[in-house]
Amino acid sequence: MIEKLRAPIAFLFMGLLLLSVGFGQSWSVALGIINLCLISAIMSLGVNIQWGYAGLFNAGIMGFVAIGGVSAVLVSHEPVQEAWSLGGFGLLTSLLVIVSGYILVLLIRKNLSSLLLRRIMITTISLLGLFIVLYFYKPAVSSIESINPAKTGFLGGLGLPIIYSWLVGGIFAGIVAFFIGKITLGLRSDYLAIATLGISEIVIAILKHEDWLSRGVKNVTGLSRPVPYEVDLQQADWFITLVSWINHQKISAILNLTDQQIYINQLIIDSSGLYVKICYALLFTVVLLIILAFSNRALNSPWGRMMRAIRDNEDAASAIGKNIFKQHLQVFIIGSAVVGIAGAMLTTLDGQFTPGSYQPLRFTFIVWIMVIVGGSGNNLGSIFGGFFVWFMWIEAEPLSIFIVHALTGGLDFDNVIRLHLIKSAPHLRLFLMGMILLLTMRFMPQGVIPETIKRT
Amino acid sequence: MQNKYFECHNLIGGYGGADILHGCSIAIDKNEIVVIVGPNGAGKSTAMKAMLGMIQIKSGTISFNGNDISKLSPQDRINQGLSFVPQTNNVFTELTVRENLEIGAYIRKDNFEETIEQIYDLFPVLKDKRSQLAGELSGGQRQQVAVGRALMTKPSVLMLDEPTAGVSPIVMDELFERIIEIKKTGMAILIVEQNAKQALNIADYGYVLVNGENKHFGTGAELLDNKEVRQSFLGG
Amino acid sequence: MEYIDIINAIVLLSNFVLLPAITYGSQLALAALGVTLIYAVLRFSNFAHGDLMSFGTMATILITWWLQSIGITGGILPTALIALPFGILATIILCLFIDRSVYKFYRKQKSVPVVFMIVSVGVMFTLNALVRFIIGPNDRKFFDGEKFIIKAIEFKNLTGLDEGLAIRSTQVITIVVAIVTMVLLFWFLQKSKTGKSMRAFSNNEDLALLSGINPDRVVLYTWIIVGALATIAGVLYGLDKSFKPYTYFSLVLPMFAAAIIGGVGSPIGAIVGGYIIGFSEVMLTYAYKKFLMYILPTNLEPSGLVQFLSTDYKFAISFIILVIVLIIRPTGIFKGKTL
Repeated sequence: MIEKLRAPIAFLFMGLLLLSVGFGQSWSVALGIINLCLISAIMSLGVNIQWGYAGLFNAGIMGFVAIGGVSAVLVSHEPVQEAWSLGGFGLLTSLLVIVSGYILVLLIRKNLSSLLLRRIMITTISLLGLFIVLYFYKPAVSSIESINPAKTGFLGGLGLPIIYSWLVGGIFAGIVAFFIGKITLGLRSDYLAIATLGISEIVIAILKHEDWLSRGVKNVTGLSRPVPYEVDLQQADWFITLVSWINHQKISAILNLTDQQIYINQLIIDSSGLYVKICYALLFTVVLLIILAFSNRALNSPWGRMMRAIRDNEDAASAIGKNIFKQHLQVFIIGSAVVGIAGAMLTTLDGQFTPGSYQPLRFTFIVWIMVIVGGSGNNLGSIFGGFFVWFMWIEAEPLSIFIVHALTGGLDFDNVIRLHLIKSAPHLRLFLMGMILLLTMRFMPQGVIPETIKRT
Repeated sequence: MQNKYFECHNLIGGYGGADILHGCSIAIDKNEIVVIVGPNGAGKSTAMKAMLGMIQIKSGTISFNGNDISKLSPQDRINQGLSFVPQTNNVFTELTVRENLEIGAYIRKDNFEETIEQIYDLFPVLKDKRSQLAGELSGGQRQQVAVGRALMTKPSVLMLDEPTAGVSPIVMDELFERIIEIKKTGMAILIVEQNAKQALNIADYGYVLVNGENKHFGTGAELLDNKEVRQSFLGG
Repeated sequence: MEYIDIINAIVLLSNFVLLPAITYGSQLALAALGVTLIYAVLRFSNFAHGDLMSFGTMATILITWWLQSIGITGGILPTALIALPFGILATIILCLFIDRSVYKFYRKQKSVPVVFMIVSVGVMFTLNALVRFIIGPNDRKFFDGEKFIIKAIEFKNLTGLDEGLAIRSTQVITIVVAIVTMVLLFWFLQKSKTGKSMRAFSNNEDLALLSGINPDRVVLYTWIIVGALATIAGVLYGLDKSFKPYTYFSLVLPMFAAAIIGGVGSPIGAIVGGYIIGFSEVMLTYAYKKFLMYILPTNLEPSGLVQFLSTDYKFAISFIILVIVLIIRPTGIFKGKTL
């Protein structure tokens, strides 16, 4: 009975936490946290598909988030025509050479039986391909990057509504996951973790330094939005009417007309911010619910049962003829695609793509903590983990500062130790994350909302 | 049954789950080779591991040199003079032959050079290969390293779990000869064996275990003569 | 082409490739040794190793500052070398505390390696926070003493060559300390009774227990050695470059790469792996234009920089090598698993 109540209690608790932020700090802050909680929940759902369903330790989450992020740029940014006309040919040729080289290598591997000959051919093709690619690629890149480097200097995107990028981000992440999975999924769990961690760093390195693609560390800012802009809302008659109507009691309580107008203006500015955040929250909730519905269906399907069987006993599963590698590849692609969707959503919410901000602590390991705290293998658990851990991540900073102030209250105002502690307090949130993970692993290894289906 | 040097009585237990031992009793004296034979899954190795303390027993007694040792950990039993050669993974493959022997003497505080020389005398090939990694040796040589390692503590009881599994008949005969030589030093030797006929040949006493119980027991010769034992376990 | 050009080319390469690569390789090798020892004995990939290095370095820096404040310095040598033993001690105490309070529980439970690995991520976070909390997240240089053994200009004057060879004292200190540490470690593992018991435990745990080896003792010694190695590696890296908690956290990947390339669990492999990564990072990002100008005839002089990879990718090289090794030969060069 208590087991069944765990999920409602957990979410009730989470709701209360968010409400307390709403009442205590402000609704804008609360909604800001909720939006990132929703994105985090999607990320941890994706990781849960890999870890909870199949036991795959993917430490490359950051890479897939970033791939989602870059697809937001590639979908929504206006194309830079000049760059395309100058460097498009060279880049497309390079791409063509890479793809045809890859296909050629695949053909050789399939059809040539002599190992030596195969190796010689593959090496030759790779080297030859590399030279051809470099020949076209380098001049193309330098001409693209020289076009108005302060503003563009990259190919731009397709100029489509950014919301499409959520799907595209998932697809891109899935495609990349296919290749990464092909390389790494045969490895033991800890090697898989290290390899994926390394590959995600390579992905970030590429995004940081291939300026023609997404301006590298110069960032792409001012991405378009799927929701209205605050400035537009503040001009819109319907919005002003709506806000005045909702607050008419408070407004009419102010008698002085000038004060009333100032108050209304302030209300409209505040409400426009809230309105935008609510729009995002609704969009994200829809995506979360769709993914949750699919995840739950998958988990309870024969496919999901087979995944768990493989996870719990790989040898037995392979003994009855299950192709473990293929199943793992599927689950790796699907999970990564979900993370990619979340990555695109995150960049959409930020309105900018900043490759320098992708750090493994924030985008890989925190997501891991979400999944483990929530309950590996349980989708609701992952969502709770996403909400709870993100909430802690944000609120840990004011909390630590508060605690430090309380602890050092007895010291002089400009006491060296006190000042140092106050300055260092924000770092305690990493400590809190570590402790949450350690305590969960120790005392609640199944997580807050444990997997409900019995392990076979 | 009078008190022997090392004996267990009415052992019941197994690896968690269902019991494997259903009241088997085994006894051995100094200067004696005792062989446990029986069909697969009869609990031969389990009985030996229980005597060594690697498996918790539910009931029964284990006594050594007149003392009850059934509550002691395997390490403590080894300190008291038991020594065990597992069936598989019984050498340190990444260590040299000499290092294997040195690790065998890990619990000894005194100088063990003499013991090493004795083992080199017993297994001369080990002396030639002393600087080689044990993992590079042949199966028979590995068994010699394994037995040598177990002898390094100068134990009073040597327990061997299927020492001839997977070695050629010639190597097996040689190994048994060496075991007889070891016995002559006054040691008690307990062997679990699949190759029942050859093992009973060198045994002073033997037990046939079936379903975790003593089915037959007697001197090696008696068991070899016993018609039922011959038909069921020795292939006629 | 004259022979003087060849000498100039060699000096150039020594100055910009050989010396930096050996130095960095030594630092990585020491770090990778720690990773490999944990793997061989405790059987998990310790994600917290970079932060352990960071803690050890921080402890050493704090003691260095204290020593400097009371007027003790190392003269021409960095004061940190005097502080190093105390830093090692602090790190060992920390290691043992973490083992008691965290890892021991899972050892008793006989948890699978991936659980240890996840737990080590938790340790990584807490240590990372601890270090940032105590010393702050900023870049710190704590080198004092004589900076150069020989300056480029001095070398040029001395030899009359066009190219200078600058030998920084941190490079020599790194190499000397690394060699001494490695020799001591190998002597310990190969010759001492405890070292042999560690190798035995790593090779065949069950048989080691049957031989009367006390696992707690093996674990204790492993953490002592790991704490020492992590601190030495961290301090050498910090002296040579600088200390920044985030950089140390990021070092976990090159050192995993080094350990895995060599064959995780194999100390020799860790050392070789460390140098492979060190050399690859430096050699693949060095622009060989000037070098080629010395050794090639004038009409063949290269037009570009002759650089295999842009320095932007320096950090990614170790991951690329790692991934390639994992695909081609996951067991590493020296088939690892045991000491």
